[in-house]
Amino acid sequence: MAQHSAKGARFQAVTANRLTDGEVVYFTDAGHWSLSFSEAAIADGADAAEAVLARAMPADFEAHVLDPYLFEVLQDAQTGFQPASVRETIRAKGPTIRLDLGKQAIAS
Amino acid sequence: MYRYDEFDHQLVAERVEQFRGQVARRVAGEITEDAFKPLRLMNGVYLQLHAYMLRVAIPYGTLSSKQMRMLAHLARKYDRGYGHFTTRQNIQYNWPALDRIPDLLQELASVEMHAIQTSGNCIRNVTSDQYAGAIADEVEDPRIISEIIRQWSTFHPEFSYLPRKFKIAVTGHKNDRAAIKLHDIGIVIVKNAAGEIGYEVHVGGGQGRTPFIAKKMSDFVPAAQLLAYLEAVMRVYNMLGRRDNSYKARIKILVHETGEEEMRRLVDAEFAKIDASQMLTVPQEEIDRIAAYFAPPVLQELPATSASLDSARASDSAFDHWVTTNVVSHVKSGYGIVNISLKPIGGIPGDASDAQMDVIADLAEAYAQDEVRVTHEQNLVLPHVKLDDLKTVYDTLLAHGLATPNLGMISDTIACPGLDYCNLANARSIPLAQEISNRFADLDRQYDIGELKIKISGCINACGHHHVGHIGILGVDKKGTEFYQISLGGSADENASLGDITGRAFTEDDIVDAIENLVASYVDLRHNGERFIDTYRRVGMQPFKERLYAE
Ligand code: SF4
Repeated sequence: MAQHSAKGARFQAVTANRLTDGEVVYFTDAGHWSLSFSEAAIADGADAAEAVLARAMPADFEAHVLDPYLFEVLQDAQTGFQPASVRETIRAKGPTIRLDLGKQAIAS
Repeated sequence: MYRYDEFDHQLVAERVEQFRGQVARRVAGEITEDAFKPLRLMNGVYLQLHAYMLRVAIPYGTLSSKQMRMLAHLARKYDRGYGHFTTRQNIQYNWPALDRIPDLLQELASVEMHAIQTSGNCIRNVTSDQYAGAIADEVEDPRIISEIIRQWSTFHPEFSYLPRKFKIAVTGHKNDRAAIKLHDIGIVIVKNAAGEIGYEVHVGGGQGRTPFIAKKMSDFVPAAQLLAYLEAVMRVYNMLGRRDNSYKARIKILVHETGEEEMRRLVDAEFAKIDASQMLTVPQEEIDRIAAYFAPPVLQELPATSASLDSARASDSAFDHWVTTNVVSHVKSGYGIVNISLKPIGGIPGDASDAQMDVIADLAEAYAQDEVRVTHEQNLVLPHVKLDDLKTVYDTLLAHGLATPNLGMISDTIACPGLDYCNLANARSIPLAQEISNRFADLDRQYDIGELKIKISGCINACGHHHVGHIGILGVDKKGTEFYQISLGGSADENASLGDITGRAFTEDDIVDAIENLVASYVDLRHNGERFIDTYRRVGMQPFKERLYAE
């Protein structure tokens, strides 16, 4: 299994896949799951990250999503927060070879 | 074509209804994901990066036009208008919603297809030669025994909880197009001196993290005893295969750790234990019944050449190239085997749109005895086309982007879904295939380079068969960034070999130049008539490596 955050990563967010259709979702500050990475709660530091993950996984989380996990996010002066890995970038947008599919298609 | 009998129908229909109930309970929150996951996997449903993925079995890669039309319909109705043909002769849908999959499976069952045993530690879809029943010098149509194995292995209680997944491939021809030596069991149909049909059985091949070429366990298993012999192999595996470590659980590891001779002794001993009076033999009537489904189609008596074909080739050079590259001689004079490349220049290997699938179904119905085949190299085949009809078939394929004349060429790349879709991936595969295809787009150049099989996997699981590519490419992950490792000298045919790694990996920006560099080395080094693989086998790694890593 790929590592989703580098050791000592500063910013992290929580993602999962929605139960009914497998859509990529992000856990928000408001405490629900959003389809958009831009609404993801960004945790600063390891303790904050564990706290967000714990909030994302109440006893009944499996009724809504599959396998929530933390992944690393980088802060960019121009674009704001962005997923650190290629994998999470692709999950946030869609297949790089079919720009007409996935979240990127709805966005454009 | 095999047709379901009442048992097959009932089995599949019951399974759909069971799964419908399981999905409903999962969505209603009545069962946990831990409980549900093995159930969905048993029905071919995986979770990938963006969505669920459904893998549909295409037994030994054979489809009727009606089935192909259904695959198109499902792509349109439940997915995003396309499907992906895989190296296991299956089709995958990348976007079905979980709660609609039971309906999808119900429609699929109406054309006698399903997704059972496309996942899990059981015997998977049996794969075979895409030219079965159409190619000259075949000992026997491999689909007959493939179908018998399919029936025997479906829901077989003794073999539904194996240490790991299990893949069987069959060829009835000395030229292996089914990569049988890279399977857990590979079967070659042979004839002995007395003219009797039997089976040469290879065991313990496979790719993945630890690749092995299968070892020949038996030169000749008599036809009537094949299932009993397979049972003996499976029993040895079931008893001794490792269950403590999934990376070491495949039969290839058992064969490797036990040693070829000892493994043979164990299998023979197990086989000898099977009481002759209770041996599982297939009654001749049953063999005949199944064989009848695969009886050669009734083809016309035609001259070996076609005047209309010759004149069309003379006046249309693109068509002429396509015939040379993509059409293979048929056992019956006046006919040809048409390969439909799913590798358009710059396209996604193995993908076909719903509209393309419909077109291919129509062509199969009108011109190819109602049959389509899927190849493990991610192309499609119309197995029985009259030479007189080739131009008409070509024109239709051309109009739908399906007439790329590149079979076996450098742009006919195998690529797994990779990091664009796959949850296990380390790196993307498809964009590399596209870049290589674009770089070598010029057909004259491709023909000059000749047969060159590039195979790309996005992780060590090797779904893209990189170990057996003439040039293999493996995606690796270094701290969230993609890198690509190259291997040379692999081959999946009757002279199967595993590739050797060249050295340090390349970045995404460098990898296509590296391929170009390897091709340039080959062109400089080759003797007259040598393919890339021949040159590599003659000169070895060193000259390629020196130039590849020269500063
Ligand atoms: S080789 Fe790896 S990345 Fe490619 S499809 Fe298989 S598991 Fe996924």
